[in-house]
Amino acid sequence: MTVQTQFQTGAQAAALRQSGASVKMVAKDVKVFYGAKQALKGIDLEIQENRVMALIGPSGCGKSTFLRCLNRMNDTIENCRVEGLIALDGEDVYGRQIDAVQLRARVGMVFQKPNPFPKSIYDNISYGPRIHGIASHRDEMDEIVQKSLERAGLWNEVKDRLREPGTGLSGGQQQRLCIARAVAVSPEVILMDEPCSALDPIATAHIEELIDELRENYTIVIVTHNMQQAARVSQKTAFFHLGEMVECDDTEEIFTNPRDERTQGYITGRYG
Amino acid sequence: MSAGNSRSLYQSDEFATRLQRRYAAERRFRMIGIAAIGMATLMLVVLLGSIISKGYTAFLQTEMRVEVTFDPTDVQERNYAAILRRGLYAQFPDATDRASRRALNDLLSSGAPFALEDMVRQDPSLVGTTRTVWVLADDTVDQFMKGAISRDTPESQRPLTDAKIAAIDALSASGALSTGFNTTLFTSGDSREPEQAGIWGAIAGSAMTLIVTMLLSVPIGVAAAIYLEEFAPKNRWTMLIEVNINNLAAVPSIIYGLLGLAVLLGFFGMPRSAPLVGGVVLALMTLPVIIITSRVALKSVPPSIREAALGIGASPLQSVTHHVLPLAMPGILTGTIIGMARALGETAPLLMIGMVAFIVDVPQGFTDSATVLPVQIFMWADSPERAFSERTSGAIMVLLGFLILMNGLAVFLRKKFERRW
Repeated sequence: MTVQTQFQTGAQAAALRQSGASVKMVAKDVKVFYGAKQALKGIDLEIQENRVMALIGPSGCGKSTFLRCLNRMNDTIENCRVEGLIALDGEDVYGRQIDAVQLRARVGMVFQKPNPFPKSIYDNISYGPRIHGIASHRDEMDEIVQKSLERAGLWNEVKDRLREPGTGLSGGQQQRLCIARAVAVSPEVILMDEPCSALDPIATAHIEELIDELRENYTIVIVTHNMQQAARVSQKTAFFHLGEMVECDDTEEIFTNPRDERTQGYITGRYG
Repeated sequence: MSAGNSRSLYQSDEFATRLQRRYAAERRFRMIGIAAIGMATLMLVVLLGSIISKGYTAFLQTEMRVEVTFDPTDVQERNYAAILRRGLYAQFPDATDRASRRALNDLLSSGAPFALEDMVRQDPSLVGTTRTVWVLADDTVDQFMKGAISRDTPESQRPLTDAKIAAIDALSASGALSTGFNTTLFTSGDSREPEQAGIWGAIAGSAMTLIVTMLLSVPIGVAAAIYLEEFAPKNRWTMLIEVNINNLAAVPSIIYGLLGLAVLLGFFGMPRSAPLVGGVVLALMTLPVIIITSRVALKSVPPSIREAALGIGASPLQSVTHHVLPLAMPGILTGTIIGMARALGETAPLLMIGMVAFIVDVPQGFTDSATVLPVQIFMWADSPERAFSERTSGAIMVLLGFLILMNGLAVFLRKKFERRW
């Protein structure tokens, strides 16, 4: 709770009120170490509710690492140590009140490569709700599956073959299936780690549209290498460089009027 | 280098000869490969050919037809040998002297009177009647009928005298000898008499031993593999355990037998020659194999599946049991069955815990004395009789049959559970 008050004072809070959004997640002085190697050197960032936040930066700059801190996916990596504070609705996600399993149900994730389970489309979607006991009987589950697939814009394409393997879909469809799977457990935040890097331009356009629609109900953080994509889908953009968060501002501001020269160098294509 | 230069480089004679050399090297490699496969096939054919050509006669057995009268007095005194003898002598009215009658007697299996006794026990109404019965012939008669003993061999060098051969000729001319399927081989235990010896006792012993092995090694092995692969922290201790498991897989199997002898028999006082002890010893031997193959199978499941499950809030155990384990199942099953097949063919450790004893009875429980198929083969291979050497090959064929069956099952299960999508 202290985190929230801390961040909602002074100019920052004023800026927030101005933009009309409340803060969903907060990172404060986040440092990540892989063994002796430091991957993140103190990141401060706030993620606003019902907004899309894009994380950009050259390869190896730590954006994926930061993303994986937000739902504690780094826990599974050997020798990974996280310092600093990450809060979801004012609660420390590495603290005692929040369990990692519970956190990941609230903060869903879509990965770089589409990774549907080698099961039917229906089972892919229903797995999450089933383990969390969200649906009490079949009809309810059917409804969740349909709604999730509709949200991911996949329902019309697969409604006649829900029993067929999810791995039989095309790459773009598989990624939307993964988004539907993440949506099915009703998360509050969805993290996307380069969700379009393995897709063709048409499938990418599809996903981008989808992200824009999902923003109404979810808070989205997306890592991308594609700056046009960041410009198209996000409202806020953070530029990462060598484990540091160089700059974070409204997307328009970052792309038209970057304050730091490293940001400028990256978005104009001088390096990266 | 300009485009023109590089074109001339690849069009030069020097390049052409180099290309020819590369193709020649490839052709040589293919020839060597084909030769290697041909060699292996040839060896396999020779091995199987020699076993089958020597052993197929083990599945045949000669029986003799005798007309017997179940005399009540003899039945009372359980003198079934006398009943049988009278029936046999009736066919040779000329043989009245002691020597020729003894020669006739030798043509019958020493187990034949017991067969009559069993008949009477099952059907007491036989007493007093006259029946035609088929009883086992002696193994020398059997071998002669199958052509393994030649009448051209000098009399002093063959187990059958001329008089016996004459008697056999007479019997076979009257249709009193017939060679049919050897059911005894598959229904009885071991015996000193080849014609009464069977592998059923060894098969039952092998089955019981394997059941114990499987019940112990599969759950422990798979659980250990899952823990080590999915949950254990990667530190010095788990490294040490891993190295030790790999080393254990390479330990000579007889060492496990010594361990069983010292610990299970010596310290815990478990019964000697029992399938229970054999199973425990073989389970110890199979464990490292199962752990290693299961870990490889788990490792081959893409990490993206684990991430997908964790990403929607599955607990680590749920991600393993719901997703990783089903995908690793074909590999685990294959490893397990291969391990079991290895245990089925194992001899050395069982010698140490006394499963090499001569055991006639078919084991009825896990603590009964028993032997197993490969040990039975080992013991028969030691016997001098021609009939035992053919039974050795026959038992090897049965063992190979079981091994092929198990490996076939492994392939079938892998194909069945493999996710093709």
